[in-house]
Parts: sequence; C-alpha cells; structure tokens
Amino acid sequence: MQVSIRVNGEQVSRDVEPRQLLVHFIRDTPGLTGTHWGCDTSNCGACVVLMDGKPLKSCTTLAVMCEGHEIRTVESLEVDGRLDPVQMGFHERHALQCGFCTPGMLMTARALLDENPDPTDHEIRTAISGAICRCTGYKNIVSAIRWAAEHEATARQEV
Amino acid sequence: MQTPAPFEYERATTVEGAVASLARLGSGARVIAGGHSLLPMMKLRLAKPEHLIDINDLTELAYIREQGAEIAIGTLTRHVDLLNSELLAQHFPLFRDAETVIADPVVRNRGTIGGSLCQADAAEDLSAVCSAAKAKVVIRGADGERVVGMEDFHVGPYMTAVGDGELLTEVRLPLRPGAGSAHEKVERRAGDWAIAAASAAVWLDGGTIADVGIALSAVGLTTIHLSRAEQLLRGKAPSEELFAQAGEIASADCSPGADGRGPIDYKRHLSGVLTQRALRRAVARALHQEA
Repeated sequence: MQVSIRVNGEQVSRDVEPRQLLVHFIRDTPGLTGTHWGCDTSNCGACVVLMDGKPLKSCTTLAVMCEGHEIRTVESLEVDGRLDPVQMGFHERHALQCGFCTPGMLMTARALLDENPDPTDHEIRTAISGAICRCTGYKNIVSAIRWAAEHEATARQEV
Repeated sequence: MQTPAPFEYERATTVEGAVASLARLGSGARVIAGGHSLLPMMKLRLAKPEHLIDINDLTELAYIREQGAEIAIGTLTRHVDLLNSELLAQHFPLFRDAETVIADPVVRNRGTIGGSLCQADAAEDLSAVCSAAKAKVVIRGADGERVVGMEDFHVGPYMTAVGDGELLTEVRLPLRPGAGSAHEKVERRAGDWAIAAASAAVWLDGGTIADVGIALSAVGLTTIHLSRAEQLLRGKAPSEELFAQAGEIASADCSPGADGRGPIDYKRHLSGVLTQRALRRAVARALHQEA
C-alpha cells in the first residue's frame, strides 16, 4: 500500500507491504543507513528514531503506522557541517567504541535533552535504559550526555 | 531478518468504524496500538492475524479523568501518561510503582494500557495492577457496551473476555475512601519482564481492612488473583503477622514454572515476600505513613 512519511523534513512516498518495519523503510527507501537494525525485538535501542519528537523503536513499528507523522533520524543531527551538541559530547567524552549503538543513543539523548535540558545522571541512566551498549559500560555515554547538557547553548553558537 | 507474515492493514478513524471492521473481519483481525507486544509475537509467528486494525488515531480513547466516583482511563492511554498522571499517583499509586519498571522509557512512549490488558501475558504488570485495584473494563461491540470486572477478564493465557468484533475502550477504577496501594516487582535487569511481581490495594475503614485486592504477575499461566489471601485480610486490623500469612498464601497459591528467570521454589518464595511488601506499603500509604 502507498505510504508517505516525512523523514528529516523530506516527504518520502513509496508502495510498501503493510508488514514492512519502519527501520527498513528508513534504511531502504531514502537509504538512511545511520539508523541501525539491531536485536529486532525492541530490546537493544539501536534503531531508535524520533517520531513527532519522541523516541521510538523503529524495529517494532510498521512503516504504515507512521503515515502522516514526522520521523527524525541520526542523519538530521548534523546541520550544515555543525554537529549537534550530543554528537560533540560523544566525541569529547569518547562515548563509543564499535559505534553500533551510537545512532540510537544519540537520538535517545537528543529527545531527553529536548524535554529535560538539565538531567541528573540518574535521569540520564533511566532515559537510556532501553538502549544497550556492549563496549563502554555506559559511563562515558552518561558523561557525554551531561557534557551536551552543559554545553548545549554555547556549542550551538561556537562551532 | 524478522518480519511478520503478510496481513492486511486498516487505520481506524472512529471507534464505531474500528468495531465495525472487527465485526466484519472476525477472528482473523487484531487491534494494534503500540504494537510492542503484538509485533514481536507476529515476527515469531506466535500470532498470525490476517488483518490489523490500527487504532492509534483514536485519540478520543487517550485520557485519564475523574468521572463520578471513579477514575476512567481510555485504553489508548500510553504507559508514559500513566506514569506521569498525578491523578493516578494520588488515588492509585501502584500505577506509578508499576510504570516505573515496565519495559523502558522508549517502549513506554508507545505501549498502551488497552494493549497490555488485551495481550494478557501473565508476566505483564498492568493486569495485576488493575486486578488489585478492582478495576472494571468497558468492552464495546456492534450491539453496544458491556462492563466486565477484572476477576472475569482473563479467561486463559493470552486470552481475555474481549471477543471477536469487540474493542476494549475504557478501564474504570472505583474511588473509595481509605485507599492505599502498591506494586512490587523483581526483575533480572532494567526493562525485563518480572521474575515475580505483586500488586496490592487496600481500603481501610477505621482500624480494619474493609476491602483488599491482591494479584501476582509472572507466576502462573494467567494473572493470579489471590482471593484466599483477600478473604483472610478482609475485616481484620492490618498487622505484620497478617501480611506474613498473606505472603504464605501467595507462595502456596501461585503456580510458577522454572525458566531462565529462576526455579519454582525461588519464585514461590519471592511471590510471598513481594506480597508482604506490597501489602505493607499499601497500608502505610492508606494511613499516610509511608516512610
């Protein structure tokens, strides 16, 4: 069936099977492979994108269910060569090793800071509790999100 | 790659339209809301609906409000909204206890109370919460509405009183004086299903327990209603000794299976301990003495 979804500000229309998952729609159609397809069971959080500003596991959502909604993927974070503060935080605090979980972590962190600009470490840990990282032990990820919160205002202006 | 088997998809625009579609399509149709339980089951072919009716646009079913002598919750209400509701936290704090530990915040953005109840997974928390709170649910069909108590809602594993051609539309929680409630859960790791969980609600009158509801998650084929323990407590003054006795009944009356989450004797022990803790906290809350 015909489905039309706004992905990173651009309307993407395609004829899909109703069973197509959002993660595959995003990766196949506009070719936005930044969104990772991980456990396929809504446990690992690698596939998190934002739907209407809220984080969502795209492996457990049908593309047809997103018709008429706004999807944001990790590719939308960088604007005109400027990294988003959460991306800068991950860079500054070395919050990744293999990088597989990173797109989901970044989008989950972005949504957290949009809702709560000054989260405690506990609130950060709660927010990312649906995202699994097997490399970092989470410490640097929490630190990176704190960095982003502290530098949000200045990071946007300076870079 | 895990992908569900093919199905037809329809997006409902009105409750009446959803009910009409369900009635027309019969047993091959399933309602999808958050989809976070149904889609994984479809990927594994544990569920193979031929038609999915998407009710996510039925925002008239997303509300939590005081309605006469009860709190009414629309079945499209998401976990995140149950977690954040001050009205629920005030009258039925066991909802916030449970929602803090149901899945993770990203899943809670999508999952709904109606989906949780209709999935009727024995390990799911809200079925026990609603059972303990003595909730009634409203089921809409082509011929109108019927109201069913939680004690009659679960008819088997993954099976509920909601029939073909019917839609669960509302959960009603009766407001009575002297209420206190709590949900206690032990899980292996953040976001996991419970090893065991206990929900308790009490209604105190003077120094005695006028009414009580207790239910367990994850330790049987369906949500376990601890009616024997409820009978024991009703009409008595709350005490540690009584909570311990209720815990013993919980250990005896649950029927857990052994799996990766633990052996049977451990789960029985845990069910007893959690029942005791939930009752203790529910009573403390009713007395406004929570530590």
